Amino acid sequence: MSIPQFTTLNSTAIPLPVENIDTDQIIPARFLKATSREGFGENLFRDWRYNDEGSPNKDFVLNNPAYGGQILLAGKNFGSGSSREHAAWAIIDHGFRVVVSSFFADIFKNNALNNGLLPVQVREAFLQKLMQAVQSDAQTSITVSLEDQTIRFAGGQESFEINAYKKHCLLNGLDDIDYLLKQKDRIEAFEQKQLKT
Amino acid sequence: MGKTLFDKIWDSHVVDTIEDGPSVLYIDRHLIHEVTSPQAFAGLDKRGIPVFRPEKTVATADHNVPTEDQHLSIKEELSRLQVEKLAANTVKHGITYYGLGSEDQGIVHVIGPEKGITQPGRTMVCGDSHTSTHGAFGALAFGIGTSEVEMVLASQCILQTKPKRMRITVDGQVRKGVTAKDIILYIISQIGTSGGTGHFIEYAGPAITALDMEGRMTVCNMSIESGARGGMIAPDETTYNYLHGTRYAPEGDAFFQKVEQWKKLHTGKDAVFDKEYQFDARDIEPMVTYGTNPGMGVKITGQVPQPEEIPGASRGSYNKALQYMELKPGAPMIGQKVDYVFLGSCTNGRIEDLKAFAHFVKGYKKSGHITAWIVPGSKKVEQQARQEGLEEILREAGFEMRQPGCSACLAMNEDKIPRGKYAISTTNRNFEGRQGPGSRTFLASPLTAAATAITGRITDPGTFHP
Repeated sequence: MSIPQFTTLNSTAIPLPVENIDTDQIIPARFLKATSREGFGENLFRDWRYNDEGSPNKDFVLNNPAYGGQILLAGKNFGSGSSREHAAWAIIDHGFRVVVSSFFADIFKNNALNNGLLPVQVREAFLQKLMQAVQSDAQTSITVSLEDQTIRFAGGQESFEINAYKKHCLLNGLDDIDYLLKQKDRIEAFEQKQLKT
Repeated sequence: MGKTLFDKIWDSHVVDTIEDGPSVLYIDRHLIHEVTSPQAFAGLDKRGIPVFRPEKTVATADHNVPTEDQHLSIKEELSRLQVEKLAANTVKHGITYYGLGSEDQGIVHVIGPEKGITQPGRTMVCGDSHTSTHGAFGALAFGIGTSEVEMVLASQCILQTKPKRMRITVDGQVRKGVTAKDIILYIISQIGTSGGTGHFIEYAGPAITALDMEGRMTVCNMSIESGARGGMIAPDETTYNYLHGTRYAPEGDAFFQKVEQWKKLHTGKDAVFDKEYQFDARDIEPMVTYGTNPGMGVKITGQVPQPEEIPGASRGSYNKALQYMELKPGAPMIGQKVDYVFLGSCTNGRIEDLKAFAHFVKGYKKSGHITAWIVPGSKKVEQQARQEGLEEILREAGFEMRQPGCSACLAMNEDKIPRGKYAISTTNRNFEGRQGPGSRTFLASPLTAAATAITGRITDPGTFHP
């Protein structure tokens, strides 16, 4: 088994300058009833994206035809709240490969990485500069290199952190479960030791 | 140097550590429910592998189950299919399942403790962020995503980077009318919704140790609302007394031998935390939220903050929240009109919560314009509420008890607060649409919910009774 590989991405971005976007906004609970991982993109940001009667909300950025691309730019503390991995699945299903923010909630970050979606955490000032660039020119091209751990656009460049193990997994499309399955002997040895204490 | 409680448990469960990477952490108990497990089981099927240690996983149906007529088939098709899927997966893999109709069914974080599955020193996970609840017993418990549920099913382990340590000490004692819920809402209002991110919290101090187990669970439950991975409280006599006699706790002498081991589970005197906060319980009053994240809380006698009181960077969220809630800066919280009252959830759906609510409303009547949903956290809570006469008290005051489940906390079932309506809710999240599309939530304690249910407007439980 594997996760999608990630090396380098060149793309335009979609700006969503809202702080504390919780996973209930990313995908409301009433859409968590599927038993597969596919199809959640349809309801990504459902209650912001559609009006009460179901028509698209023209003021919401995903409905603005000027914007497109595989990078989502979001305000500080992205993905807080519920642990629902459906939030990461919905973002991926919509076509994103990268989320850029100045701060990510822990569980969301793990869920994203476990599905090949790259969370890129940058300084607030860089995020603001990037957000403004994209808002004034939707065609702003952004390059995210996982190998170099950098994000750059015409107005600047910044490096980002990722732990070496996760980086290796993403670059090679490797999956944690395959890793754990290879640890069976150690795990059984641990259980034996635990029984004795 | 002494170790923290968190380090003691974490370190004793590390099977291996990857260089520059996460640890392989052994999980003692795994709880699953219908919403975040189907894709994990599908993953195992795709790999053609079994559940590695089925006896260490326990399942229940809670998130999308109806709270009425549970003896009938679930009406909502997708919910029914999800619950049926869980039942089939547990049968196939030999996992204990407390489904609808079982006397053991209930909210996953209510049944774990009441059956003694939750024990001091254990590592526990569940595909639900409120797994932090179990930390009240001195367990190391945290919420995980579905890929991680699959890891645990496949290997009884999870790959996880060790969080930092934080201690929050609450000195002194709270005054009457101030509950565990107010303590945690106060803490989150002070440190913010991302103040705990990257950390595991240990709660300490006289105001914390004075709480009963239900109160401690309420505090630990909402750790995630500060962004923390989890929260925990060192076990003591209160913990041992609660666990003694529960189904899965050791019996006879074995229990007391276990207690001797549990007594070692506390933070060493010279142990160091990455971050420490200290609060005074006397500063804490009944709390209520005005906005759309749990950090937007004020004392009930306070007002919706003015924009000047909000740091510039958070002004956008504040404006958006007030617009959603249709509240004005400076508006007093007391007296705000409420349409719905919800008592329940893994935060405040335990027997002590129902007891506090029932005793408060005894002899009064529910306000005519209030719709109230009283949802016990488990079949056991429901049964106890009946046996102890709480249901009778509630009925006489105009409240009806429903059947156990997560219910209106996240509104996956039929229990949805209608668009534009205000609810006072004993739950954990006031996010936009959390309790139903367009719903507006005031988070508060069971006592505040009770006082508000009687008057129909936000009411301070501390000054309600003559």
